[in-house]
Amino acid sequence: MSYVPSTPAERQQMLRALGLRDFRELYRDVPEEMLLDRELDLPKGQSELEVSRRMTQMAEKNTRFTTILRGAGAYDHYIPALVKSIPAKEEFLTAYTPYQAEMSQGVLQSIFEYQTMICELTGMDVSNASVYDGATAAAEAAAMCRDRKRRVTLISGAAHPDVINTVRTYCFGSGDELRIVPVKDGKTDPEALKAMLGPEVASFYVQQPNFFGLFEDARALGEAVHAAGALYVMGVNPIALGLMKTPRDFGADVAVGEGQPLGLPLGFGGPYLGFMATTQKNMRKLPGRIVGETVDSKGERCYVLSLQAREQHIRREKASSNICSNEALCALTAAVYLSVMGPQGLRQAAEQSMAKAHYLQKALCAIDGVELVYPGAFFHEFVTTLPRQEEVLAALEQAGILGGLPVEGGVLWCATEKQSRTELDKAVAIVKEVLAQ
Amino acid sequence: MNFPAELQYSRSHEWIRMEDGVAVIGISDFAQSELGDVVFVNLPEVGDDTTAGEAFGDVESVKAVSDLVCPVTGTVCEVNEELLDSPEKLNEDCYGAWIIKVENITETEDLLNAAEYEAFTQEEG
Amino acid sequence: MKLIFEKSVPGRRCAILPDCDVEQVSLPEELRRETAPALPELSEVDLSRHYTQLNQRVHGVNCGFYPLGSCTMKYNPRIDEDMAALPGFTGVHPLAPAHAVEGCREVLDTAAAYLREITGMDGMTFQPAAGAHGEFTGVLLIKQYHRSRGDLGRKKIIVPDSAHGTNPATAAMCGFEVVNIPSGPDGCVDLEALKAVLGEDTAGLMLTNPNTVGLFDPNILEITRLVHEAGGLCYYDGANLNAVMGVVRPGDMGFDCIHMNLHKTFATPHGGGGPGACAVGCKAFLKPFLPASRLMDGEGHIQVRSFAGNFLVVVRALTYLMTLGREGIPEAAENAVLNANYLMHQIKGSFSPAFDRICMHEFVLNLSGYKKETGVSALDVAKSLIDYGMHPPTMYFPMIVHEALMLEPTETESKETLDWAAQVFRQLYELGKTDPEAMHAAPHHAQIGRPDEVRAARTPVVRWTKP
Repeated sequence: MSYVPSTPAERQQMLRALGLRDFRELYRDVPEEMLLDRELDLPKGQSELEVSRRMTQMAEKNTRFTTILRGAGAYDHYIPALVKSIPAKEEFLTAYTPYQAEMSQGVLQSIFEYQTMICELTGMDVSNASVYDGATAAAEAAAMCRDRKRRVTLISGAAHPDVINTVRTYCFGSGDELRIVPVKDGKTDPEALKAMLGPEVASFYVQQPNFFGLFEDARALGEAVHAAGALYVMGVNPIALGLMKTPRDFGADVAVGEGQPLGLPLGFGGPYLGFMATTQKNMRKLPGRIVGETVDSKGERCYVLSLQAREQHIRREKASSNICSNEALCALTAAVYLSVMGPQGLRQAAEQSMAKAHYLQKALCAIDGVELVYPGAFFHEFVTTLPRQEEVLAALEQAGILGGLPVEGGVLWCATEKQSRTELDKAVAIVKEVLAQ
Repeated sequence: MNFPAELQYSRSHEWIRMEDGVAVIGISDFAQSELGDVVFVNLPEVGDDTTAGEAFGDVESVKAVSDLVCPVTGTVCEVNEELLDSPEKLNEDCYGAWIIKVENITETEDLLNAAEYEAFTQEEG
Repeated sequence: MKLIFEKSVPGRRCAILPDCDVEQVSLPEELRRETAPALPELSEVDLSRHYTQLNQRVHGVNCGFYPLGSCTMKYNPRIDEDMAALPGFTGVHPLAPAHAVEGCREVLDTAAAYLREITGMDGMTFQPAAGAHGEFTGVLLIKQYHRSRGDLGRKKIIVPDSAHGTNPATAAMCGFEVVNIPSGPDGCVDLEALKAVLGEDTAGLMLTNPNTVGLFDPNILEITRLVHEAGGLCYYDGANLNAVMGVVRPGDMGFDCIHMNLHKTFATPHGGGGPGACAVGCKAFLKPFLPASRLMDGEGHIQVRSFAGNFLVVVRALTYLMTLGREGIPEAAENAVLNANYLMHQIKGSFSPAFDRICMHEFVLNLSGYKKETGVSALDVAKSLIDYGMHPPTMYFPMIVHEALMLEPTETESKETLDWAAQVFRQLYELGKTDPEAMHAAPHHAQIGRPDEVRAARTPVVRWTKP
């Protein structure tokens, strides 16, 4: 089955119109010896029903957890029904990049609205139309902050390990240096940061809340960065922004983050959404597509892909990024999520995630041998010690619960608004039971 | 097309005027017309060094970007920041809208006078 | 149409979350935000209608003809969506333990096996999120390889001037100097120009084949041999793989690594700009340098993004691959090529092909003569097509053809669609001769007239602000 609509007779008719006998003649430029002289060594094509059966079998091989107490960069929030149905509409789904504004106002306006929402969340002036994920957003931010004189990037050791590794890989690519600022008590060590800042430093990246769930003293870190003449990049959790001060409030020059919590399924890691916003001053350094408002030939308001001369298809090897395809449909999903939740709903999701994580933490830490590892305020993730880790996690799994993620020094737990008190109580009871044995 | 006789021109379509050892540099009428509507100018900073024959910035139109090539080697002593807000000045008044001024000039590339430059643009066009 | 913010009414909301069933905790005051983000406040019906209205102002490939050259806009099967929406896939945490994600592993392994066979490669990764991201991953392979051999002098990547902008931009991101070589008059690699730049400083060559004008480079074996002789590696940009899959394999052309855009060749939807997904394949000797491999400089390992990649897009692509199977894959390629040639043939009496010979899956029209004659540009023709409900072809690319329109019909268009499209082109060809003004002013019946892009770029308004 190849989804080719034309019948064998029609194909022959078209070949004849071209004066050709068979398909092979279409490939006359391909040197004979290179043509594949055999069938592909693959199964033959299957009907929709057969494929559906086979794929469903694979899906069923995965363990379905009813409760997920694991975050670490991918969060199990509730996804409202509308957030699933809108992006599944055939038009949004199957359009290409909106190169032709006259035929793409729906996509362009949705991106313009998304950009506005990201600016509202982050307090920034300008957002791009998205990049691949939070980690690449951090890497792109590091690149946009470098100039001829300042080439070194600093990153907090309390950032997500995938973010650190991705930024490191991008720096390896461009031949620039990445230095990791040490962590003290689960947070960026401010004294170490100050000692590492210098005239060669282009930017410093901090994650808020950080990998261990803790709130960083982000304002003070930013002040140190600015005092050294470098730019301040913050990676933020977008749900936390329903409650927390904006990156702008903390003094950031660039705000980035993983947009997955905004209505995107866990999906074994993707597709997710990298959001990226900055101040007016740095607008033209922002990579990726940006939608702008203008007027059409009749003077009516409309939207276009704008500021394109920054991008690779025009600037080629001088472009600061090679990004072309982005995550537009995920950006649409995030925009629908943010409009369904509204300011109150987002705040509710943030408050409840935080409340449930604290409830879980207290209950877990009431068990002998389970202790909070790091002091300090946290959002919806925290690290505890956990004796007989493997045994406990296995027991939780038996009950359909994905427990916290084993990390250095203990286990990183997460809770969101999605888990009910009953679910949390059940998980705690299992931990207690195993440890009591 | 207008090519003032008091200016000198480079083959990469910049004009240059010397004022007390300082080179004032902009783009020619031919350049602005080929570019179309200029939407942004990327400028160097005061204190940056320039090299004759090398780019010191670029100009963007909607669907293209072109290097600005410096006809002299020296140090940027002034940039026309007005162009950041009003890039259209390069289209409206390309000889009034200078882009940078360069001092401490140690080298100047081989330049054309107005008549030579006009002939050169006719070959190019 | 009003923006969502302009429809907002304070106090309206959707009922999504229950009351909190545990004790509330409050954020320390120094961390608390002072004003709530100005997100829209709307009821569910308001929202449903707003987004439905927006959706009605979008043209997708499943709505109509979309011959956007080099973008492979083929029909996106609905079964692929259904499979990607299976809860057994959507609910999987990327950091769940290995024994809990065996189904996901099987998807990735099976998709990798299909793609290795199609490309003639030995290793495969799905980590990159899009084509350009795959190029970055692939060129890093080349960088890692040379470094592993202590061959540090290889600083140049060769790119033909007809290449997509992502190729030179990628090479630059990977710290290479870009050497642009001119293409021959047919868009193919000029062997003499290639030989002139090859040397001990050559890290590799990035190439699309079929090339960006839709022709298969007949010298491909000679090209890859020359690069290898100079000690460089050959990178295959899979943007145009749809023309040749199952017919000829990049691995057999002499390429060492490749990226494939799953959202082009393997029918996953492009969602108005993304998400894409990308597979990067390589020959056995490059496998040690794939993502997760140790960085050759300092500590750490190659990782181009978080987690394992755009997994749910790979689910769609695998569904498509299994549906096509060994006979459907070459059938798709052959019919993509047949459709392109047939459409070119039907248009030929009017607008002129840039290269009047058998093409691959796409072809380029050169309207420079027509523009001289009538004043009607490629842009005017493109905008006029919109009035017929047809998405315009790619305009002004590749840069080596003036007044270019690049058409790629793909295999999923029927003969009557192609006949209709050709008729529209012929009609416009005549219209331009009699009424060029009508075409300068097109489109006439679209969502909007032509936008003022100069204004958008000079005075950027990139977000809504409360009046």
